[in-house]
Amino acid sequence: MKNGQKKKDAFFHITKRANPSLKRGIIVRAVAILAAFLLSALVTVLLTGDNPFSVLSTLFSGAFGKGRMLNTIHELAILLCISLAVTPAFRMRFWNTGAEGQTLMGGLATAVVMLLLHDKVPTFVLILLMFLAALLVGGIWGVIPAFFKAKWKTNETLFTLMMNYIAIQAIEFFLKIADKRGSNVVDSEMLGGGIPNLFGVPYLFNIIVVALLTAALYVYLQYSKHGYEISVVGESENTARYIGINVNKVIIRTMILSGMICGLGGFLIVGGASHSIDSNIVAGRGFTAIMVSWLGKFNPIMMILTALLIVFLGRGADEITTIFGLNKSFSDILTGIILFFIIGCEFFIRYEIHWNKERIREFFHDIGNFFVTLPEKVKLLFSGKKAEAEKIADEEKQSGKEDA
Amino acid sequence: MSWLPFFIYSAVCQGTPLLFGATGEILTEKSGNLNLGIPGIMYVGAISGVIGGFFYQTSVKTVNPVLAILIPTLSCLLGSFLVTLIYCFLTISLRANQNVTGLAITTFGVGLGNFFGGSLIKVVKSEVPYIALTKISKYFKQSLPFAKNLGWFGQIFFSYGFMVYLAIAIALIAGFVLKKTRIGLHLRAVGESPATADAAGINVSRYKYCATLLGGMIAGLGGLYFVMDYSSGIWANNGFGDRGWLAIAIVIFAVWKPHLSIPASYLFGGLYILFNYINVGTAMIPILKMLPYIVTIVVLILISVRKKRENQGPASLGQSYFREDR
Repeated sequence: MKNGQKKKDAFFHITKRANPSLKRGIIVRAVAILAAFLLSALVTVLLTGDNPFSVLSTLFSGAFGKGRMLNTIHELAILLCISLAVTPAFRMRFWNTGAEGQTLMGGLATAVVMLLLHDKVPTFVLILLMFLAALLVGGIWGVIPAFFKAKWKTNETLFTLMMNYIAIQAIEFFLKIADKRGSNVVDSEMLGGGIPNLFGVPYLFNIIVVALLTAALYVYLQYSKHGYEISVVGESENTARYIGINVNKVIIRTMILSGMICGLGGFLIVGGASHSIDSNIVAGRGFTAIMVSWLGKFNPIMMILTALLIVFLGRGADEITTIFGLNKSFSDILTGIILFFIIGCEFFIRYEIHWNKERIREFFHDIGNFFVTLPEKVKLLFSGKKAEAEKIADEEKQSGKEDA
Repeated sequence: MSWLPFFIYSAVCQGTPLLFGATGEILTEKSGNLNLGIPGIMYVGAISGVIGGFFYQTSVKTVNPVLAILIPTLSCLLGSFLVTLIYCFLTISLRANQNVTGLAITTFGVGLGNFFGGSLIKVVKSEVPYIALTKISKYFKQSLPFAKNLGWFGQIFFSYGFMVYLAIAIALIAGFVLKKTRIGLHLRAVGESPATADAAGINVSRYKYCATLLGGMIAGLGGLYFVMDYSSGIWANNGFGDRGWLAIAIVIFAVWKPHLSIPASYLFGGLYILFNYINVGTAMIPILKMLPYIVTIVVLILISVRKKRENQGPASLGQSYFREDR
């Protein structure tokens, strides 16, 4: 800013909305998702040369077309399960970025039980043991960072993040010792057992379990004393302490729960679907789950919708890439675009922008003035009368100020 | 001990992408932004460099050394700038949650890298069978000519492409700026307590934007080094692996000090390839690969237990700043 020139007002200022209305929330999100879809369609059209309508119909047929419904619902169930797992932790502002590792460890525990006991105990007992082992190991993987967070306030985001990669290597280690052939998968042949199809429908067990879990977690978070304590700790640890909540206990208890539900996810993936294990069985869902949970406002019922949106996009995009022979990662790009829009639109729900109309008018006035006097200034400049040109510019500024 | 010089050489090569990533993330975190998008940004940096280089190499007969380095570097910087700009706009201007935004950037960036790495030829309908920028890579790998005459000394110190030295220089400069200049002081103030910095007349948003964008661009160079120098210009999907997360681990290990991230990166690079040098049997390889992460967790715990002021991360790390919220 030059000397003598008054600092001008800002174009707008921002305030927090006291009570963001439900209607506004729905409209803003709908507009954001619509805009994201338009941009995604545009990107797809540019990359494939297909026409927009057929892109859209391919998206839908990829997710909901004939013979795909069951897979889509199962995919939704698994993603939702892991998203539910991170939700209690997020509600108390414990950033559990370690769902990937906790789920992997649950899957690993399931696989170990299957490998060791599949020909020694009856199916029912085996499944029960798989279930318990997965919950136990998932819970342990979750409680380690929670313990340090409660005791020394160790940064949980980074701690849980690092635990993921230890879990991945733990699985690699298991593969190396369990499978002497040196392949990178321990397959169903070696594991044996697994959950049989209910009523002859594959994945039905998984889908029912996750449906029950969703309802149970909703009640737990919304109506139980534990759920209330979690919310208070998330809102303010000091308040929680003041009203007599043992914050450390809540942190540890909630992370055990979070890790156990992740472990359940691993159990469902390994025991109820793949019947095999490798270090890529979770396939980044632990990270996607964080976004699903956040987008669903940490509300289990809302999260069904957000998880569906992500699964729909992923499967639809896969279909597009198959048809056009493109790389599978295309779905990640579309998911990214959708996420950016939804993340960004929250701002317009929570905050209000107040435009400074006077300042904007002044701005356009200045621009107008600039162009009106432009020919004259150019003429003067070219005729070598620089000083006069500057004088006109100064007058402009003066008049601008007077107008304001 | 004849393997030692080569081990050090390999550790430095492995450590250099980590060093770029760690330096970038330190700058970012010093402004209070925990950018978990760094792994994605590094992929974008790599693929942008590859795209730039690919168009250049396929459009000319003979490759000009200056342009061969300039075009991929500039397109890498542009690509990582743009993707980091998305992060900045969402977290700083729109005050979105940093963890969620960062992870979304990583999903997007890794997807973008793998997609174009796998489909670039198809999308631009090129004639070549696969992406191999060997002509361009030659200039990135060019080491000092007298290195070979100096035996082990030359191998350890002079046998790298220019980006290895660039990484060290950037880390040293970043350390100097953070510690010794007014800009660095302001930046640290923004990361520690944005409200205080704001009251002192520092433009918080501008500092956050600049530090995060610059950090993203530096991290992007790590991706460029990996594909152009380390991988000899040949793109492999997911080839970059989890190095982006290791870079974030180094930030903690180096307790947010850029000059410490230099030895830390080479140490982690060494741990990454240690299994090639120790005779432990294949089953132990995964255990060795765990080491960098375990070491990082131990450091993370130690700094939280000891609570020494100078070893803590920025106080406002991970939180958006909104003046009216105070």
